[in-house]
Amino acid sequence: MTVISPEPTRSPESRSISESLAGKKLPRWAPLATAVAAVVIGYGIGAAGSIFGLAWFVVAALLFLIGQTAWSFAVEGRRHAIDRLATTLIYTCFIVALAPLLSVLLSVITKGAGVVFTDFPSFFTETMRNVSPRKPGGGVAHAIVGTIEEVAISAVIAVPIGIMAAVYLVEYGRGRMAKWVSFFVDVMTGVPSIVAGLFIYTFWILVLGFDRSGFAAALSLVILMIPVIVRTTEEMLKIVPNDLREASYALGIPKWKTIVRIVLPTALSGIITGVMLAVARVAGETAPLLLTTFLSQSMNWNPFSGPQAALPTFVWDQISNGTDASVARAWGGAFVLILFVMIFYIGARLLARVFAPKAR
Amino acid sequence: MAKRIDVSDLDIYYSKFLAVEGVTFSVEPRTVTAFIGPSGCGKSTVLRTLNRMHEVIPGAYVNGKVLLDGENIYDSDVDPVNVRRTIGMVFQRPNPFPTMSIYDNVIAGIKLERTKGVKRDRASMDAVVEKSLRGANLWEEVKDRLSRPGSGLSGGQQQRLCIARAIAVEPQVLLMDEPCSALDPISTLAIEDLIEDLKERYTIVIVTHNMQQAARVSSTTAFFNLAGIGQPGRMVEMGPTAKIFSTPTEKATEDYVSGRFG
Amino acid sequence: MSNTATENEHDPLIPHGHQQTGRVGDRIFRGFASGAGIFVLVIMGAIGAFLIWKSIPSLQADSTNFFTTTEWFPDDNPAVFGIAALLFGTVISATIAMVLAVPVGIGIALFIAFYAPRPVASTLAFITDLLAAVPSIIFGLWGLAVLMPNMQGTAQWLNDYLGWIPIFDNTLGIYSKSLFIAGVVLAIMVLPTVSAVTREVFIQVPSEHVEGALALGATRWEMVRMAVFPFSLPGMISAAMLGLGRALGETIAVALILSAAFTINWHITEPGGNSFAANIALKWNEAGPIGLSALIASGLVLFLITLVVNMLARWIVSRRKDFSGAN
Ligand SMILES: Nc1ncnc2c1ncn2[C@@H]1O[C@H](COP(=O)(O)OP(=O)(O)O)[C@@H](O)[C@H]1O
Ligand SMILES: [Mg+2]
Repeated sequence: MTVISPEPTRSPESRSISESLAGKKLPRWAPLATAVAAVVIGYGIGAAGSIFGLAWFVVAALLFLIGQTAWSFAVEGRRHAIDRLATTLIYTCFIVALAPLLSVLLSVITKGAGVVFTDFPSFFTETMRNVSPRKPGGGVAHAIVGTIEEVAISAVIAVPIGIMAAVYLVEYGRGRMAKWVSFFVDVMTGVPSIVAGLFIYTFWILVLGFDRSGFAAALSLVILMIPVIVRTTEEMLKIVPNDLREASYALGIPKWKTIVRIVLPTALSGIITGVMLAVARVAGETAPLLLTTFLSQSMNWNPFSGPQAALPTFVWDQISNGTDASVARAWGGAFVLILFVMIFYIGARLLARVFAPKAR
Repeated sequence: MAKRIDVSDLDIYYSKFLAVEGVTFSVEPRTVTAFIGPSGCGKSTVLRTLNRMHEVIPGAYVNGKVLLDGENIYDSDVDPVNVRRTIGMVFQRPNPFPTMSIYDNVIAGIKLERTKGVKRDRASMDAVVEKSLRGANLWEEVKDRLSRPGSGLSGGQQQRLCIARAIAVEPQVLLMDEPCSALDPISTLAIEDLIEDLKERYTIVIVTHNMQQAARVSSTTAFFNLAGIGQPGRMVEMGPTAKIFSTPTEKATEDYVSGRFG
Repeated sequence: MSNTATENEHDPLIPHGHQQTGRVGDRIFRGFASGAGIFVLVIMGAIGAFLIWKSIPSLQADSTNFFTTTEWFPDDNPAVFGIAALLFGTVISATIAMVLAVPVGIGIALFIAFYAPRPVASTLAFITDLLAAVPSIIFGLWGLAVLMPNMQGTAQWLNDYLGWIPIFDNTLGIYSKSLFIAGVVLAIMVLPTVSAVTREVFIQVPSEHVEGALALGATRWEMVRMAVFPFSLPGMISAAMLGLGRALGETIAVALILSAAFTINWHITEPGGNSFAANIALKWNEAGPIGLSALIASGLVLFLITLVVNMLARWIVSRRKDFSGAN
């Protein structure tokens, strides 16, 4: 280590930097100007036959990145050039994420709405029984019934289990066991849906000997629902203030009544949000249904016996038919499905926002 | 190398909320100026406008001028990055970067700047680290464990590490926002001694809620107060520390320094 | 269900007068709650156990090496099948998804946490999260009908200009139904997972560190590198692994997009490829008893892989903080 004098010695270079506050800056219109120039040049190159076979807007985007970075480097210096480059890339990421979302929603609406609303409401009231894959017509009535029944049954089973597991984790769970439960709830979120279907198939159909049915499908959805409900309920229970519990204990109310009468109701809106998110998640599941209830072209009101249609498997079936009429129906089914899911999803998020705890 | 600060008619906003109104004052180079006043009256807010850290908060902005040796730091062609490099800041809670070693914490600021002609080899970095840590009265305590994480130090040591980090970039001004409020009395004394040394070279502005501390370390004191309940904060008066604590002009100041409220 | 309410110590919070009625109710309620908690463990164990049990017949019947065979004729006599091609396709498509989704997902998270104008940030977060609500069958349909025709040009471009890199070389001149396109669709599907978990981690970065960096004169990007990334690294790794778990297990979108083939083909823009999950969905209804068992065996492998990935992800992040990613 070099011996240094206590008096600070400053190099002339560092003085010149820190003693001028004004950094040279690109003018405000610089990004816009660069963008316009990049688009014009990019379009020109595209018209003239392109370079490296890139589409004109890709050329334009690259020109913008390079142009702005180079200009900034020349005027503002390395650090600001990198900062601008990073900012541009980060904005780009966001736009890149919006593109598929918009495209998916637009395609489903443009290709699906037509099918759904011609001869309204027949698409909602008819089934696929005796409808030729080649001909238009038919509807999703049987699939809607299947989806609603299966999702409802799975919710009836999964919601109490999920809530009680969350109660265990928040109110009772101590020590090793609670840690394991908490850990495996998280891991369970990652169980692929097809594995849930495989498990119910082996357990319910192969081992216990039941038939394929809507109920079997619902059981596989239970596995996918539980972790979502546990997690959201747990978060909600955690933010119920402890004072509330203690006030109740002080009145001599036993712990379980405190939980049932005070803690759970306080967290109710959050719990409902979680249930709705879970419903939105499982309503769109296809894979487990294919294994456990398969397809059906006609109405089956009874979830406990025989194959049942559902919206996702309806879409799958129509795609597999491959004819123009069927693919159009697939888009129609997709439209109904996304509507169903979005109502629950957006409803859940709005509810969460309205009742959000202010402490954050 | 220390610079003077002249603030004139500064209004400070958080979105629509006017937090501090009409502040005007000057800070002489190589002096220690203390901001005192009841909490919530805008001391931190004013301090943070002096190096443009205020605008880091979403929606926050100011109206008015802050001159650093005559140059308005809020001019449109001024780069806030340069301002913050020139005016260093130490926060209420020590905030060394937890994933960095002591050594890397000290040079964190210098590593950003890659100036032509300035050597950044190991030896010159070593020199900067030693100089800055000595400047912060921390060298003797940590010289054998420079590669350990900065978060392993005690609170007072962490705060001195933050001071070392701030002076490593050789600023003109040091802003300190209640630097001792999270520290024990011994560490507080160490920081106060340090401020005594640092004022030889830097212009220092320190916010403190501790009036003894203001009396001990500062030559000038400014008293802030709310104009009234629900009204913006303002600077009530500013003057030589001795005068503020003995014969202030304003009644409110006298009440506050004599402990009658706040 | 086993009863764990045995370690029932006296709860000091319950006043004495109410022990008579409270005790019994408490014990029952506590039993239900613990039972539900343990149910989660039981389910996870049962999934493993039943899949192992029901894969045994096919594994015994298999006349070839289960791990290295690239064919799938489990119902032949002798049975010939193995998961090599499935493993290959699953790993490659998931890798493509990760390569695309992780940087973009981190970018989105940075955008929302540090770049987006504050008043709209949470709305933007909500919009990007909407992607997570789109069912996979719809991604499959969209990928097949909308994305695939539009990716043709990109795949061809990769072949024309980067064809000297073996994986981008396309020897058939056909660019549809490939692992590459499946990977792109998977990337879009896991994007909300990666960005939402990363965002949660970024929001937890203490503002002292952010301000500390800015006060040293860091630009915004330098602040991100100095204060945000080092602090969030475990969370970012974990987010990527949660996304990976999703991508590995995705069934329907992949099944719709790939033209299932039992080959190991490194030319990722050519038609073909397969994955564990897609193969199960596609082969399920033509399978005989051994065929079903073989599919269950492949599902077991998928379960174990995703289990390991998810456990690692959770373990990494649990050392720092609770991130659920469940919504
Ligand atoms: N980030 C912020 N957003 C909105 N208002 C703030 C913020 N920080 C401080 N304030 C408000 O500004 C006023 C002054 O606060 P502050 O400068 O922290 O006071 P002091 O440091 O004197 O205790 C207070 O009314 C406070 O509520
Ligand atoms: Mg303060």
